[in-house]
Amino acid sequence: MKRGHDNWETVIGLEVHTQLATRSKIFSGSSTAFGAAPNTQASAVDVALPGVLPVLNKKAVECAIRFGLAVDATLNRVNVFDRKNYFYPDLPKGYQISQLAKPIVEGGTLKIVVEGEERTIHLTRAHMEEDAGKSLHEDFHGMTGIDLNRAGTPLLEIVSEPEMRSSAEAVAYARALHTLVTWIGICDGNMQEGSFRVDANVSVRPVGQAEFGTRREIKNLNSFKFLQQAIDYEVRWQIGTLEDGGRIEQATVLFDPDTGETRMMRSKEDAHDYRYFPDPDLLPVKLDEDWIEAVRAGLPELPAAMQARFQADYGVSAYDAAVLTGSRALADFFEAAARACGQGKLAANWVMGELSAALNKAELDIAQSPVSATQLGTLIARIQDGTLSGKLAKQVFEGLWEGAGEVDAIIEARGLKQMSDSGELEKIVDDVLAANPKSVEEFRSGKEKAFNALVGQVMKASRGKANPAQVNELLKTKLQ
Amino acid sequence: MSLTPDDVKRIARLARIEIDDAQAQATQAQLNTIFDLIATMQAVDTASIAPMAHAQEVYQRLRDDVVTETDRHAAFQAVAPAVENGLYLVPKVIE
Repeated sequence: MKRGHDNWETVIGLEVHTQLATRSKIFSGSSTAFGAAPNTQASAVDVALPGVLPVLNKKAVECAIRFGLAVDATLNRVNVFDRKNYFYPDLPKGYQISQLAKPIVEGGTLKIVVEGEERTIHLTRAHMEEDAGKSLHEDFHGMTGIDLNRAGTPLLEIVSEPEMRSSAEAVAYARALHTLVTWIGICDGNMQEGSFRVDANVSVRPVGQAEFGTRREIKNLNSFKFLQQAIDYEVRWQIGTLEDGGRIEQATVLFDPDTGETRMMRSKEDAHDYRYFPDPDLLPVKLDEDWIEAVRAGLPELPAAMQARFQADYGVSAYDAAVLTGSRALADFFEAAARACGQGKLAANWVMGELSAALNKAELDIAQSPVSATQLGTLIARIQDGTLSGKLAKQVFEGLWEGAGEVDAIIEARGLKQMSDSGELEKIVDDVLAANPKSVEEFRSGKEKAFNALVGQVMKASRGKANPAQVNELLKTKLQ
Repeated sequence: MSLTPDDVKRIARLARIEIDDAQAQATQAQLNTIFDLIATMQAVDTASIAPMAHAQEVYQRLRDDVVTETDRHAAFQAVAPAVENGLYLVPKVIE
């Protein structure tokens, strides 16, 4: 056997559980709000009292339709709920209502970009299901605590084909999916609260081998960083095991962020036998064409389309367009700023540069930006019309950030206007030349550095308000 | 198709039903008569018939996404064997 990572190919498929943005649960009228006191949002249906019946939430189905349309998938006009049977204390009915044979969404694609290269990842399916409750394993006198507030929360489980070949691709896919589901408003994307949870199926095979290796499934990854770390560790472990003559057994594993390692949760031998069958409590779900078309009409412009348009309309690069469409809020902000100043590229630079840096530093979201898109647009317009230099513009930006008022008011109040009166500038230049005979002499004897020193003196004397290009020109003329 | 005693024990285990060998044997015979019935039905040619997920040709009614339930955990937990801080307590489960 050839040894070394170059002789192995990694194969990854992802299953992502997205919590759908509904007010109430998928089969009951309980609230789905996060953070309520234990069991205060668990109704008779959610705790599975005898005799209760599930009634399907229309909004949950609509979210699934939105997703199916956004990834250009097949929507099964008739789809069916099944029971997935297993015993666990946080699953009061003894089965989870899910979709197996006839899911609502089949197929579809998602584009990802890794190291500048675009790839299309195919989706297998997406199906609706209910979430389970939460088991709290802290010690309750040797017992486990059960909170059923989450039981019955609507999920869309999105399954990809095993088409990713590295952890970087898996992360790019997960990020693209995260952007999309939040973009179309079907999921709040909050990973800390568990609204977007990733399971990764990972296997390795010798390069050139057609059949897949045996896979292990890493469960419940709730950050992109952990997704990357878990896959990298798992791949190293699998290759090491195989190269040492071992075998990989199909298993479910958990990632421990503290050690950076995966460990076995259960092996194939005691893997669950779920005994799926159609749920007799629920009738097949029918999607009529009018409904689908109404949902389609309500879809926003999607990230891929917007990227193409940003490049065409505002002349930004493919990379910038991808960054700017990282979220709908960011894209909307950029576009509003670009429209306000008519300078797409400059607007892109400011949004991705100064603004992003300030937001990061303050740990704020674009939606919480103290500087509005219109203000940023006006600021850029003042650079464009020569009122401000780039340096002065940064000072005005700081003013905007502190809430000191509108752009023109800040320029006025802080005296930040770039000097446009050439007579005034000429006087400063003359003064500087008179005061620095040594530099003048050095320059004339061929020392280029001395020129920069003179420019610096003029800028200083003008308190940064001189136009640097104008200063250069004037100095050159005077020194000739 | 007929079931072996091991099949019966596995089905019982999946359903969390404890059965001894004598019960397994009796159950095996009963289950096998059900399988005979299924075998008879499977003899019918259904190649041209679309499978149905439900006996009636009606579709699921949908409800609007509105919160209608109130907090009734006190009433539900009144009959629970063990409760603490609003949580149901169950024998420790570790996977």
